[in-house]
Amino acid sequence: MTLWLSMLGEALQAMSANKLRTFLTALGIIIGAGAVVLMVALGQGTQTAVTKSISALGSNLLIVRSGSAQQGGFRGGAGGLPTLKTSDAQALLDLTSLNTAAPVVQQGAQLVYGPNNWGTQIVGSTDAYLDIRDWTLQSGRPFTDTEMNSGMRVAILGQTVAEQLFGSADPIDQSVRIQKSPYQVIGVLAQKGQSMAGSDQDDTVLIPLVTAQRQLVGSQFKGTVSMIMAKANSAQQLASGEAQIADLLRQRHRIAEGADDDFSVTNMASIASTMAQITGMLSILLGSIAGISLLVGGIGIMNIMMVSVTERTREIGIRMAIGASRKTVLLQFLLEAVIITTTGGLIGILIGVGAALGVQRFGGIAVAITPQPILLAFGVSTLVGLFFGLYPARKASMMKPIEALRYQ
Amino acid sequence: MSDIIRLAAIKKVYDTDAGPVPVLNGLELSIAPGEFVTIMGPSGSGKSTLMNILGCLDTPTSGEYWLDGENVASLDEDRLAEVRSRVLGFVFQGFNLLPRIDLKANVALPLVYQCVAKAKRLQRAITVLERVGLARQVNSLPPKISGGQQQRVAIARALVTQPRVILADEPTGNLDTVTGQEIMTLFQDINKESGVTMIVVTHDARVAHYARRLVYLRDGLITYDGSAADFQEALA
Repeated sequence: MTLWLSMLGEALQAMSANKLRTFLTALGIIIGAGAVVLMVALGQGTQTAVTKSISALGSNLLIVRSGSAQQGGFRGGAGGLPTLKTSDAQALLDLTSLNTAAPVVQQGAQLVYGPNNWGTQIVGSTDAYLDIRDWTLQSGRPFTDTEMNSGMRVAILGQTVAEQLFGSADPIDQSVRIQKSPYQVIGVLAQKGQSMAGSDQDDTVLIPLVTAQRQLVGSQFKGTVSMIMAKANSAQQLASGEAQIADLLRQRHRIAEGADDDFSVTNMASIASTMAQITGMLSILLGSIAGISLLVGGIGIMNIMMVSVTERTREIGIRMAIGASRKTVLLQFLLEAVIITTTGGLIGILIGVGAALGVQRFGGIAVAITPQPILLAFGVSTLVGLFFGLYPARKASMMKPIEALRYQ
Repeated sequence: MSDIIRLAAIKKVYDTDAGPVPVLNGLELSIAPGEFVTIMGPSGSGKSTLMNILGCLDTPTSGEYWLDGENVASLDEDRLAEVRSRVLGFVFQGFNLLPRIDLKANVALPLVYQCVAKAKRLQRAITVLERVGLARQVNSLPPKISGGQQQRVAIARALVTQPRVILADEPTGNLDTVTGQEIMTLFQDINKESGVTMIVVTHDARVAHYARRLVYLRDGLITYDGSAADFQEALA
């Protein structure tokens, strides 16, 4: 133990005796470790941001859309024909995998309040819509059963709409006009921000489904909905929910065996996991590029250590003549390498964390600083020091003292 | 075993591309504790090789080398390092100090390999530096002091472990005459004070007369072994 301490002292002394060389040696590791921490923080930050924006749609979400109608050789696009009925949504409620389902009708319309007007997307649905989309009310109340069943003219405004029409005033109990009919504002939705596609999710107005079907949508689409949103009981039941919905709707729509569905079911969780996979790959990619720079830093260490061993041949000879054994010379040079890489690693980690925070603060890019890449960078730095320090240290220790002493 | 050093039938053969080259040819030498011996000889006589073997920096091809009661002729590198650390002190022609660390650290260096604690190392180093007359320069760096002073530091470094034998290889070779005389006087004083065995290799006849005993080497064999004063007369 005393020998280790003594060699540690010798290593530190040798390093401080040539500070510039020590710093240049450490530089590769500083940059490598810093890059690992910064890159992984960026990658994971992106991953978190994407996951968050997907879960903002609602968790365990399944979306059923009207499919294309096929007549002869002609196939319309998705949603081309409103094949989904309100009763389909009702039937979905009986499925065991599903927690709830909400039929949705969407229609663009102009809202008027006093001198202000604003064009937005009107969503006709039920209270279940709020539950499915994990959307809370900032103020006011949800629809009552009476309002939903009898198609009363009540509206819940999204944040953007409320701001555009009312400014800072309280919209609750005020009356807005949608296509000339007055609607009583009963609530305001909490802010949800941008969707993944970049559209403003708060630019919306929610009214009861029946009201929307009667007032907004043309009579040729009576009783139809543009989509049904459903929420599975758990993430594990998403797949079975998807299958049950397909079975039930094929049965209800009397689709023959082998014929195409006239609807489509989208599993948001699978999209989320795909995105998570992609961003996870991004993290690994960035991390491995940074890892390579750490490795290059290690090779730099070996390079400079080799030069240093040659340059210090005489010193090694002197040390051996006055009693240093091969083991102690090996230990000293190995300790020098490991101290340089671990200190370099620590400095690099600090710089990496600082740079990540700077990017977040001034670049507006989300970063996630987690302990794993920091520990990884530190561990790899130490290993790099051991691995790339071993060969030069061994070379130093294998020198013959007389030859080393004679070296000029 | 009263001799501190006893060489018996020491042979050293170097393998070169041109075939084996014998350098030492069955050399016999005994040195008692506390002796002051100079080893002389012309270039190629084998005195450097003998010095390396005496200093446990090299091993003989055959023969026995008894150092402080132990046959060190066939020890491995790690055991030799241990013997060097425990029994021997070195003084070189080129001083061989580490240029980037101060004098006291240079002198304390051999104690590092004996695992002496740092405070005690430096304390002992300073004591020895005082002995060689460098009390005021303990914090200087080697390149900042004169050659004679550097050699004094090297002597202090050899003394700090309290070795049984000090080996000096051309210790005055890089010094002017006056400084060289001072260094040789210092060797004499230390030899008298501490009873450490002193072996000096030189080709300078003026250096040789500081020793009582002179060993003369020619073609890998000892051709004269006796009083330094008598040898001087023989030459004259």
